[in-house]
Amino acid sequence: MSYEMIGITVLWIFLYGYLIVASVDFGAGFYAYYAKITKKDHVMNQLISRYLSPVWEVTNVFFVFFFVGVVGFFPDTAHYYGTALLVPGSIAIILLAIRGSFYAFENYGSKKSNVYMFLYGATGLLIPASLSMALTLSEGGFIVEENGVVSLKYFKLFTNPYSWSVVFLAIVSVLFISATFLTFYAARANDRPALTLVRKYALFWSVPTIIASLTAFIALSQHNQRHYEAMLDLWWMFGLSVGFFLIAMALLYQGKHYGLAFISVMFQFFFAFFGYGAGHLPYILDPYITITEGATHQSMGFALIVAFIAGLCLLIPSLILLMRLFLFDADYVKGKR
Amino acid sequence: MNVDPVLMSRLITTMTLGFHIIFATLGVGIPLMISIAEFIGVKKKDPHYRMLARRWARGFVITVAVGVVTGTAIGLQLSLVWPEFMQVAGNVISLPLFMEVFAFFFEAIFLGMYLYTWDRFKKPFTHWLLSLPVVIGGGLSAIFITTVNAFMNTPEGFTMANGAFAAVNPITAMFNPATPSKVFHVLTSAYVTCAAILAAISAFMMLRKKASDYHKKALKLTVTVTFIFASLTAIAGDLSAKFLAEHQSEKLAAAEWHFETEKGADLIMFGWLDEQNEPRYEFRFPKLLSFLAHSDFNSEVTGLEEFPEEVRPPLWIHYMFDLMTAIGIFLLAVSMLYLIFSKVKKWNEHNKGLLILIFLSGPLAFLAIEFGWILAEEGRQPWIIRGYMTVEEAATSSPYIGLMFWLFLGLYIVLGTLCTVTLRKMFRSNPAEEELEKLYPTIEKGDDS
Repeated sequence: MSYEMIGITVLWIFLYGYLIVASVDFGAGFYAYYAKITKKDHVMNQLISRYLSPVWEVTNVFFVFFFVGVVGFFPDTAHYYGTALLVPGSIAIILLAIRGSFYAFENYGSKKSNVYMFLYGATGLLIPASLSMALTLSEGGFIVEENGVVSLKYFKLFTNPYSWSVVFLAIVSVLFISATFLTFYAARANDRPALTLVRKYALFWSVPTIIASLTAFIALSQHNQRHYEAMLDLWWMFGLSVGFFLIAMALLYQGKHYGLAFISVMFQFFFAFFGYGAGHLPYILDPYITITEGATHQSMGFALIVAFIAGLCLLIPSLILLMRLFLFDADYVKGKR
Repeated sequence: MNVDPVLMSRLITTMTLGFHIIFATLGVGIPLMISIAEFIGVKKKDPHYRMLARRWARGFVITVAVGVVTGTAIGLQLSLVWPEFMQVAGNVISLPLFMEVFAFFFEAIFLGMYLYTWDRFKKPFTHWLLSLPVVIGGGLSAIFITTVNAFMNTPEGFTMANGAFAAVNPITAMFNPATPSKVFHVLTSAYVTCAAILAAISAFMMLRKKASDYHKKALKLTVTVTFIFASLTAIAGDLSAKFLAEHQSEKLAAAEWHFETEKGADLIMFGWLDEQNEPRYEFRFPKLLSFLAHSDFNSEVTGLEEFPEEVRPPLWIHYMFDLMTAIGIFLLAVSMLYLIFSKVKKWNEHNKGLLILIFLSGPLAFLAIEFGWILAEEGRQPWIIRGYMTVEEAATSSPYIGLMFWLFLGLYIVLGTLCTVTLRKMFRSNPAEEELEKLYPTIEKGDDS
């Protein structure tokens, strides 16, 4: 495998990692606020904050890792995406800043504030919407280079059915992934009332998730024929994705093996996300950047991969330790420690 | 209003970094202080020190949150505001950038563990061990990111072919000539600043109320650490000046208003320039600049006139240099004074005057960080990569950059205010003495006063 192929695969894995952990986080923020306004916060908030408190900063790093890596492996992305995304990117930064810091102000500060809670919940839905915009742009047609000047066609973007279908998909997936995780977590904590509530959310959001996936698929066929056909060639990946979705639904519906249900959801998104990504290749930005032409020098690509392997040797044991302390330690989850 | 995108790009970056650098400094230095305090506490079985670690850690979380989000902002802004720079330099500097994220990742994972496992382990030392990766992660991320900045000052590790970087050697680029002195200076100054700000908090508490044992111990620990790292920072500063004299003499010459190349050059402090660019009302230290530059009072120091006018840095960086060094000397002097006072039996190291000086040294240390950073960055104008790319060639061409400036200004005002308010509330409503009694009921009465 060529080094640029390794590079894009690694980055895609990290983006997938972000998709899962951030969805849990973003969704939990929304549910925490929703529970508050529907006066069910006593049922859920303890559960959510026990999980979120030790891991909230880790989530952010997955994202930083991805964009630093993309620019490192494919410096041309800075020229195109950097210029075109100034406004949406800055808005995403501000939303992330509000969310991250308000979480700390709310949870570690001495006074609870409704405004913080609201912003925390609202940004949880707005951030996935704004970040998913970058995926839409990568399909081409929205970022245009004329006489060396890169610009973003806002009107075209906001009137395009594909971009809206992606936004819709992002939001409902966040709520679905998060609810399945919280169901698993509540089951581990033996928290019956919370379990009943979040299981209901999970079942509820499964329907729009599958509808949105199909809508996005159809809208893509209208917008980028090449990508759509490449994805049809990888039909088995999407078939597996639907299969895992059905397994997850069955388990959730029967009310058992919630851990397995969450893993199935992870596989559902894994196959859909990798099928989408593989079909996108060789373009990173259609038609300006391909993975071969846009890649960095070989020596740098090689150094990055070495650094990546060394970094993983450090990170994986640390992440396992973190999970053992907070996710799989039954006493901690139940609130005894 | 017709705004110049280059100027706005520079202002946005100045603002973001100027804000981030406060929290980044705290992120590097505070974990060390927490770790030291907990170590002493565990070793001596002294609840005061363990409470210090706990309370510092609690405040630290709030600043980490702001540090993380502004750090994310600057990471993204590099590509958004300076796309052409990243397109070119990304080929050379992405390795340290990538490694910085790893260090940050490592730190974030263990910080979460450290904060939520205070009473979970049988042996208190196990918990203390968790603080070490946080200290190391914080230090490493500072080192990696500083190598990036060092590269922009003294670029190495590539050849030029058709206006693009070729034959890239990422390791040579990381360990360029500016790296050692910069890394040393950044680390020591971060540690001294954090020790000084924590000392300032203790001094402030002692000025307001009668001194309790808790605050006395805190003061002793923090001022001692301040003294150690202030001394090391002075050495680091000296090394940086020698580095500049050799590799970036236009920066040193502009900072020192040293126009003509000469032997036995004077060091100039303060003063201002008249119309003929002659320093007025300055303090002159004969031949000291030569000594600072080459460890020899009669050595030759390159003057600014050797450089074409269009690549000279602005002359006002002289004031930044003066303020930074003056504060550095002040920190060293105050911490030394405290240590002398505490050694002599008859003198009271907690007298009001000394406490006021210690209190002042905290905010001053932060100012010195900002001044020093402005000196380093403005001192390489007009270059973004010295000798290869100017800031004008690197900035975004997007017309919306001016608008973004106001957006971010608003964000930082909100974050800064809320961070201060939260921290104040957190400690006001819960004084250390009360918390000590609650957690360690064995502590003898009379400790709180």
